[in-house]
Amino acid sequence: MSELANIVLRAMFLENLALVFLLGMCTYIAVSKRVATAIGLGIAVIVVQLITVPVNNLIYQHILAPGALAWAGLDTLDLSYLKFVTFIGVIAALVQMLEVAMARFTPVLHQTLGIYLPLLTVNCAILGASLLMVQRSYDFTGSLAYGLGVGLGWALAVVLFAAIRERMRYSDVPVGLQGLGIAFIVTGLLAFGFAGLTGIEF
Amino acid sequence: MNYRQYLTRPLLDENPITVQVLGLCSALAVSRSLRPALIMAASVFCVLVFSNLAVSLLRGVLPRSIRLILEVTIIASAVIVVDETLKAYAPDISQVLSVFVGLIITNCIVLGRAEAFAMRHGPLESVADAVGNGAAYAGILLLVAAIRETLGSGTLLELPILPTTASGGWYPPNEMMLYAPSAFFIIGLLIWGVAAWRHKANRSPHSELETQPAHLKYQETAG
Repeated sequence: MSELANIVLRAMFLENLALVFLLGMCTYIAVSKRVATAIGLGIAVIVVQLITVPVNNLIYQHILAPGALAWAGLDTLDLSYLKFVTFIGVIAALVQMLEVAMARFTPVLHQTLGIYLPLLTVNCAILGASLLMVQRSYDFTGSLAYGLGVGLGWALAVVLFAAIRERMRYSDVPVGLQGLGIAFIVTGLLAFGFAGLTGIEF
Repeated sequence: MNYRQYLTRPLLDENPITVQVLGLCSALAVSRSLRPALIMAASVFCVLVFSNLAVSLLRGVLPRSIRLILEVTIIASAVIVVDETLKAYAPDISQVLSVFVGLIITNCIVLGRAEAFAMRHGPLESVADAVGNGAAYAGILLLVAAIRETLGSGTLLELPILPTTASGGWYPPNEMMLYAPSAFFIIGLLIWGVAAWRHKANRSPHSELETQPAHLKYQETAG
């Protein structure tokens, strides 16, 4: 159990996808003008990560990994080069299914989160989490914990950033730096905070 | 619009990174030193040219309702080829880039150009557009990487530029440049520089057509 908690905390803080690995930056910068929308986006990311990482883990372990098809007599087959195309297909399909299911069963939730779901198909934090999962060869439970951890970490980063951006409306930023420029500098400072956690062992 | 404009407009006025804020992840993450950044820029360039050409050639055949997933599949196929090539011919660089080659698939520049440009233009124009955008991306990525490597470790392409104190020189390396936050600072300052330059240019009598700087226009729609 402590091992799983370790994976979650590590993925949330030490290896935060947004601020340490710099993944999903386009969405991060674009959808962080208000805290309320950032929370919506954050929840959508957690849900999608929690589903796609374990599903991709199962597909990789049982179909794509070298020797995974040994039961069918194909023990030298290595399909791992197909992981890019498979993962992005799985992510696109799952996001679409999630959207349809949400519209059918939880229309209220769909109204708040629905607009962010299509964005997440091409968010590199989602694909990145699946690729990193392969690189670290987590087992199924490990990948569940990892999906939860990266989702929480990304959500935390975007909500913190949106809160700072809301306050920044009252600050006096030089003309050329307003908007995008200062957003980058603030993210840099936030990333510095997270870099300070490096070396902590949970 | 002639071909030269397709090539030159993305470089500054419609720069995918500093103006449209697309494709940031890799620009930030692989910019720690120049050599991996060069390979990354070349990979993105190849994928961009291939996907724009393929999408443009197929634009009459692709059904509109599922065009996005088809475009992503085309891009992913190109990325697989690039990834396997790197693994075969430059295994050490492939190690350094790790997942970021795969993440070219979700690089918004590639999908953005396929969707916004190649779906509506002929193959030659699409290739010109891809070359322009690829060069603009490479320019920013290489600039950031060069700044980070020079200031962070005193070298450029592993050749010593600023002799560091550790090797008996005068330059104490700025280790902040080796960490992720520095990439944000450099890009933030670059955006500031471009915005200030445009602001000045806009006030000159030659370009009164544009009333609002493009970075403010795009900011609302980027994503």
